[in-house]
Amino acid sequence: MADMFKLKVITPDRNFYEGEVSMVEMTGTEGDMGIYKNHVPMTVILAPGILKIHEESGVRKAALHSGFVEILPEKVTILAEAVEWPDEIDKKRAEEAKIRAERRLSDKTGGIDIARAEVALKRALTRLEVAK
Amino acid sequence: MASMRDIKRRKESIQSTEQITKAMKLVSTVKLQKSRTKAETTKPYFDMMYQTIRAMLEKSGGIRHPYLTPGASGKKVVIAISSNRGLAGGYNSNIVRLVAGGDFKPEDTVIYAVGRKGKDGLLRKGFEIRKDYSDVINAPLYHDAVEITTELLDSFQKGEVSEIYLAYTSFKNTVTHIPKLIKLLPVTLEEQEEKKENAAPVAPMNYEPNEEEALNAIIPKYISSMIYGAFMESVASENGARMNAMDNATSNAEEMIEDLSLQYNRARQGSITQELTEIIAGANAIG
Repeated sequence: MADMFKLKVITPDRNFYEGEVSMVEMTGTEGDMGIYKNHVPMTVILAPGILKIHEESGVRKAALHSGFVEILPEKVTILAEAVEWPDEIDKKRAEEAKIRAERRLSDKTGGIDIARAEVALKRALTRLEVAK
Repeated sequence: MASMRDIKRRKESIQSTEQITKAMKLVSTVKLQKSRTKAETTKPYFDMMYQTIRAMLEKSGGIRHPYLTPGASGKKVVIAISSNRGLAGGYNSNIVRLVAGGDFKPEDTVIYAVGRKGKDGLLRKGFEIRKDYSDVINAPLYHDAVEITTELLDSFQKGEVSEIYLAYTSFKNTVTHIPKLIKLLPVTLEEQEEKKENAAPVAPMNYEPNEEEALNAIIPKYISSMIYGAFMESVASENGARMNAMDNATSNAEEMIEDLSLQYNRARQGSITQELTEIIAGANAIG
């Protein structure tokens, strides 16, 4: 088993998670990544995606929507604007959001709306994936 | 000496005022506790955010980024956070004084008002209120802070404004609240300089995708988190200030009631003595 390190996930409203973990997986703007202990110091901007926390007792999943992560060899801190445990997700709402976003994407009109709809779609998909 | 009836009426009116101030004090005590725990849970996020930004700027001293250089227009924006309700001691007027008494001139400053009292006060001083977000302060959400940030950054990038300040009341403890003015944009290192020596040497940080894009993404988050933090602290301060004001009002009312009771009793005693003298005098006259 890999060495444990400290993980902290904080949002403006609460301390979402704090504990010892062996690995943490998340989605950066450049793609998915997994971090073990003694990683090179790095600050990464996060894209909407699934946050997987590998604890001693198992893996916990959460939907992470936007934020960034500061990686230090001994400690990883995720500053998220929004993050949710699976049981906090409203599946029906996510489903509706997904359909709405898809509809907006299909009738391509404004430029800015497309970008926003894409993010919304990504968010909805992440939520659904985590809540599954 | 005022008549007994007058004194009694006055005393009753003060008593009912006291009841109101007492109730208001209780309400704001409860609200204070709530908003205080909320402000405390949000604190780690802002501290972390602040540290990260500081570390980034220290390292990337040479970087030229639009968010780090002042714009050319010379216009300043102040986000003034006050409250929608009065009766909170000097809470609202302190914010107005902080903005109006500083280096800001009504000609080149526009106000983004959060809180009706502060808005009215600044309007009276001749400032231009560009946006009014007063409803936000009743129940601030992170989303509101993001909205304000987006709008501000937009006008900053268009060159309409060159500096952005935030005026809020920092919550130190239940009785001490300090009105504060901080510069949000352009982000500067000035205040952070002194802390530098205490900071432990850190390994060079890498950024993904790259430094500039990281700044692009993080600075808006930094600003909205500062605004949100300021909301939280201001709400806590508002309730604290109101609690103190109402506490003072209650004890003043008590003092007045005490004085009036004394006066009332004296008047009552006086009238009894007078009546007695009259009766005795009448009895003597007959006898």
